[in-house]
Amino acid sequence: MGVGGAETEHAAGRAVDLADVTIAFPVAHGVYTAVERAALAVAPGEFVAIVGPTGCGKSTLLNVAAGLLAPVAGRVTVFGRPLETLNRQAGYLFQSDALFPWKTAIDNVAIGLDLVGVDKAEARGRAQALLAKVGLAGFAGRYPHMLSGGQRKRVGLAQVLIRDPKILLMDEPFGPLDAQTRQIMGNLLLDLWSADRKAVLFVTHDLEEAIALSDRVVIMSAGPAARIIGEWEVALARPRDIAEIKLEKAFHDLHREIWHVLRSEVMKSYAQTGG
Amino acid sequence: MPRLTLMALQVLVAVIAIALWHVLTTVPVGGKPLLPPFFFSTPLDVAARIYRWFSTSSVWIHLWVTLVESMLAFVIGSVAGGLVGFWFARKPLIADVFDPYVKMMNALPRVVLAPIFALWLGLGIWSKVALGFTLVFFVVFFNVYQGIKEVSPTVLANARMLGMNERQLMRHVYWPSALSWVFSSLHTSVGFAVVGAVVGEYLGSARGLGYLIQQAEGVFDVAGVFAGMFVLAGFVVVIDGLVTLVERRLLVWRPVAGETRA
Repeated sequence: MGVGGAETEHAAGRAVDLADVTIAFPVAHGVYTAVERAALAVAPGEFVAIVGPTGCGKSTLLNVAAGLLAPVAGRVTVFGRPLETLNRQAGYLFQSDALFPWKTAIDNVAIGLDLVGVDKAEARGRAQALLAKVGLAGFAGRYPHMLSGGQRKRVGLAQVLIRDPKILLMDEPFGPLDAQTRQIMGNLLLDLWSADRKAVLFVTHDLEEAIALSDRVVIMSAGPAARIIGEWEVALARPRDIAEIKLEKAFHDLHREIWHVLRSEVMKSYAQTGG
Repeated sequence: MPRLTLMALQVLVAVIAIALWHVLTTVPVGGKPLLPPFFFSTPLDVAARIYRWFSTSSVWIHLWVTLVESMLAFVIGSVAGGLVGFWFARKPLIADVFDPYVKMMNALPRVVLAPIFALWLGLGIWSKVALGFTLVFFVVFFNVYQGIKEVSPTVLANARMLGMNERQLMRHVYWPSALSWVFSSLHTSVGFAVVGAVVGEYLGSARGLGYLIQQAEGVFDVAGVFAGMFVLAGFVVVIDGLVTLVERRLLVWRPVAGETRA
């Protein structure tokens, strides 16, 4: 076995491995580079949060990990295998509404099983159980427009989890929700995650949310050509309560340390976009 | 506004309009009515005519023929429009190539096609079905095309991440989305089907509501023309009511304005 073999072995210890990934799009006058040589790995069972100023390309990076977008340079491997099409190991929770509006909550959740030919009754049973887990036992027959924003997120979470993906990709999933609902959803997510510890890549612009949820916080610089400019381990004990952990001294110290770096990038981003 | 009040007001509009018509055509002002009954008939004459049509059952065959023509035009036009719309939306090259021709055909006033259809298909029901078809086809075609083009990219990405292949995307995403657009245009397309049938009958036929009106007009029988118009209006209201029932049943998942929660 040569060098390549050793590398593969090394990568196999990672759920997702983005190696020197550059993402660019053709635009009217040339090429827009969104992300420049980003290197990021998530170990199995690890909860990683990506934080960066608005428009820094963190969602784009997530789309690359999902296989929805191909990088122009660099390699993406999933459990040691190069990613060529969609990432079948991953579940993706989108920022905006992604539920099928013409399906009821339970059908939205069960679809992941229907698609692979699971018996209809069994799929409904498992979907109902999962709906109960996310606190929506009594809402199975509702259509998405009859649910509140937080409830729709819960259905979305159940929809993704029913396929039992090994990797969870989340793109500012709680962004549109109000502060209280965000906290409740954060705790729900940690609860569900602690049961089987999937690898999580969580994109957010909220540093507090990132620290409270994750094992590791990754900071991206302002775009264009955004880079990863720092990583911090979050050594806070689990299980955590999002509301309470924010009162701890260790949380504050870490927040101050990371914010010191993040602030200048946020300012740069404001200067570019005019706020 | 309470339902009952609203209905009362709606009925009131009809009562006032008919009363005004009655007064203007029957009460002499300086020797003769303001509106000569020869040109405007009177509500009572029209009502008597409608009553006679129904009491002698002579109108049923005309209603039936118009209904059959409308429904055939609607069904055939919807199926064809839906299939072609689907095809165009999934094959952008085809859509681009045919784009000017589609626009051209849609801009054509359909009345000019009536003589051609009469020549090709005779004076029976099929020339009317063809005319209705040309109207319904484009309504459904444009809506299906739009419905598939306007599927939310997020919903589409989500569907793919959930593991849908091309066939499953059709069934679970494109098809329901297109259907919702078709159903939201149901009133328009059913209405157009009736228009096609009646105009076709008017221009040349031996049966149907359009024929009834055309016959009356030919002998300056204004009461007959108005009676035909009222029967046609009633016919359309009934069909529109049925469409509303179907729509409520099929589009339960759609938010009614003001009902959506944030």
